[in-house]
Amino acid sequence: MLEILGKTSIDFMGWRRYSFALSGVLMLLGLIALLQIGRGAANLGIDFAGGTAVQLKFEKPVSIEKAREALLKSGLKEVEIQDFTADNKLLVRVKATTTIEEKVAEKVLDVFKKDFADDPFVVDATTEIGPTIGQKLQKDALIAISISMLGIILYVAARFEFRFGIAAAIATFHDVLAVLGIFYVLDKEITLLIVTALLTLAGYSLTDTVVVFDRIRENLKMRHRDPLETTINNAVNQVLSRTVVVSLTVILVLIPLTLAGGEVLHDFSLALLLGVIIGTYSSVFVASPLLILWKGTPGKLLRR
Amino acid sequence: MKPVAGRLLLLSVTIVVSLVLFLPSTPLFSSMPEWWKRNLPNKGITLGLDLQGGIHLVLEVEAERAIEIALDRMAGNMTELFAEKKVPVESVKRTSLTEITINLSAPGAKEAVFSVTDDQFPTLSGRPSGDRVLVYAMKSDEAERIKKAAVSQALETVRNRIDQFGVAEPLIQQQGLRQIVVQLPGVKDPGRAKALIKNTALLEFKMLDEEHKVARALPSRVPAGKEEEVLKEFGPQIPPEDEILFERHVEKDTGRVTKTPYLVKKRAALTGDVLTDARVAIGEFQNAYVSINFDSTGAKLFERITAENVKKRMAIILDNTVYSAPVIQERIGGGRAQITGSFSTEEANDLAIVLRAGALPAPVKIIQDLTVGPSLGRDSIEKGIRSTLFAGVVVICFMVIYYRRSGLIADFALMLNLILLVGLLAGFNATLTLPGIAGIILTIGMGVDSNVLMFERIREELRTGKPVRPAVDAGYDKAFLTILDSHVTTLITGFALFLFGTGPIKGFAVTLCLGIAINLFTALIGTKVIFDLLNRRGQMDRLSI
Repeated sequence: MLEILGKTSIDFMGWRRYSFALSGVLMLLGLIALLQIGRGAANLGIDFAGGTAVQLKFEKPVSIEKAREALLKSGLKEVEIQDFTADNKLLVRVKATTTIEEKVAEKVLDVFKKDFADDPFVVDATTEIGPTIGQKLQKDALIAISISMLGIILYVAARFEFRFGIAAAIATFHDVLAVLGIFYVLDKEITLLIVTALLTLAGYSLTDTVVVFDRIRENLKMRHRDPLETTINNAVNQVLSRTVVVSLTVILVLIPLTLAGGEVLHDFSLALLLGVIIGTYSSVFVASPLLILWKGTPGKLLRR
Repeated sequence: MKPVAGRLLLLSVTIVVSLVLFLPSTPLFSSMPEWWKRNLPNKGITLGLDLQGGIHLVLEVEAERAIEIALDRMAGNMTELFAEKKVPVESVKRTSLTEITINLSAPGAKEAVFSVTDDQFPTLSGRPSGDRVLVYAMKSDEAERIKKAAVSQALETVRNRIDQFGVAEPLIQQQGLRQIVVQLPGVKDPGRAKALIKNTALLEFKMLDEEHKVARALPSRVPAGKEEEVLKEFGPQIPPEDEILFERHVEKDTGRVTKTPYLVKKRAALTGDVLTDARVAIGEFQNAYVSINFDSTGAKLFERITAENVKKRMAIILDNTVYSAPVIQERIGGGRAQITGSFSTEEANDLAIVLRAGALPAPVKIIQDLTVGPSLGRDSIEKGIRSTLFAGVVVICFMVIYYRRSGLIADFALMLNLILLVGLLAGFNATLTLPGIAGIILTIGMGVDSNVLMFERIREELRTGKPVRPAVDAGYDKAFLTILDSHVTTLITGFALFLFGTGPIKGFAVTLCLGIAINLFTALIGTKVIFDLLNRRGQMDRLSI
């Protein structure tokens, strides 16, 4: 029998003071990011903010400074340029704050045709989005997230106890916020694809939490004379090898996607990778200790 | 123990059905016999625009403009009618987005005006506003009707144009009240396709006003971009019934663009709705032009106009750009005309398409435009597939190393998951996008999770000294609730995303929900059958796990 971890008996609950502190910082970061997004000060993708993005593939390497200079000279404002040096690609983003300027994409192409005449390029992708669409997307995403949170709380509350539902929802929310916060600090662009990644990791982290809770429930039913802290600690230790094996496999899947998935998949996989690590951490160090924090009245699990 | 045969049959049937459904999505399908292609599923998974390249546009029809256009036309008709019936009216003008104002020459003319308008313009309601002024507004149900008709006509026109442009499997549909979604997969020249869709293609024939002093003062050529200055300089002197429009020239050698301003009558002598056909022809100097045919009313009108205006110049205008302004040499009968101008064969071809498909009833605005070039699409799909495959191999190896022979069972479950999922997606003719691939990856992750949960439980049971079969059964039973709970919670998330998400998020939700359902099936039936099968053939006293 090959085992990464044998039978463990780690006092996870004893560490809760430190883990709560760390999680507090992570969540604060996420809240700041959320606030900045609300204010429009974060690096929102144009699918949310509205604007134009043009991705070009050149034959020869292009200097990002020269490109910026040329674009600014042509009178385009709020231009952001990102380069993918490996493929001689440039991503030019122009954020529109008022209306969709139909000609922005053409203007960008013209600039490169004129100022970089000796370096032919093909257009990989253009995206133009009016601000009304962006706002609708933002609203839709928020509604979807709220509804799924509510559904989860209700389901977990029905299957376990109310406080389990709340703890699971907090842990899941914690993970999403933490990844959002890290992305904000790294100044990564928040696009629709990143939101998809956040939702995916919410699903993953939830599964992780439910697995731990399930074991806690089982143990609570079997031996309810033990102190709560011991019961929870035992449960976490019992499912630990499963938690580690699954997280490792998912990380094994995500590393090649992050490194070689191409520019479209890179940020997406990175968000998932961070999410898996944080999600694993949170089901052990956040969701479970929350149950100690909020002991509640003995619910249906303990009454038997 | 439950009988194995029934479950085994169920499993085999689902695998075969999935493979048959998925077959059309592979290159293998083209080499299948004819009877197969005809009688069995022949539509597979479609690749999304982000994977195969193409254009996704959301157009918004400016339906209010359709009302303005209708009111403008009515105002024109009124002027003619009043002149015909000798009603003393000073002016008829559209004064706001929804109103026409009539100024009377004498206060007593109100009755005469009302008798004409009540009879001829029942969709307008008029009220006096002061002594000599009448204000007409369009009735609200009529305004609604015009707006609705504008959107559905725009939809029809866009569809006609794209059909003639020739795109494989385009998607054109209405979204909400005003919006039209257009998806053109695999288009090589996105700019051209967009122009083709967006052009209002309102063809007008307008007489030049050559008498007025402004016409003589206008410069013959200005560089492109200087139009505003011309308008600013001459704007105040233009008579109210005229306007300045520009003709575009491109110098063949340098590619420099210049514009020629013309002073033309605002009122169109003839518009494109009397066209029956438009085709490209090549002139004697290898220049492309578009030859158009009028219907019988159009032909008569055109003949009359040309007869009345011999030796005068008439501008041929498309979407407020002058294409040419030839001098009418003689009366032109037969209902034919030519549109010449400085354009390439390709441009002439597109012009003929938009003229044939008809004008848009109101301008459309592109409010969302996602264009993915074919190379990026190919790049993403190659890299995506390569790294997914690589990741899959890593997982398969890991499972076998960690769980030995039971790992093979887990690998079987993963393959089963993947086969059923692609089969089901193909069965629904789903569109696979990048977020969809993300959904598949998550499903694989959850498949691994289910197996690991069960195996860890079985290991625990074995550690307590149970024999193999009871340990397997107990492991499955105990893991079952956990698997169910974790899947249902994820399903809730997937469902919320499906209901409230848009576009790519919806695609993700679909693969996720299907994947979870399939995963439950394989975890609870698929792998258990294999264990039971192994157990039946001779009692196992050791399990490689």
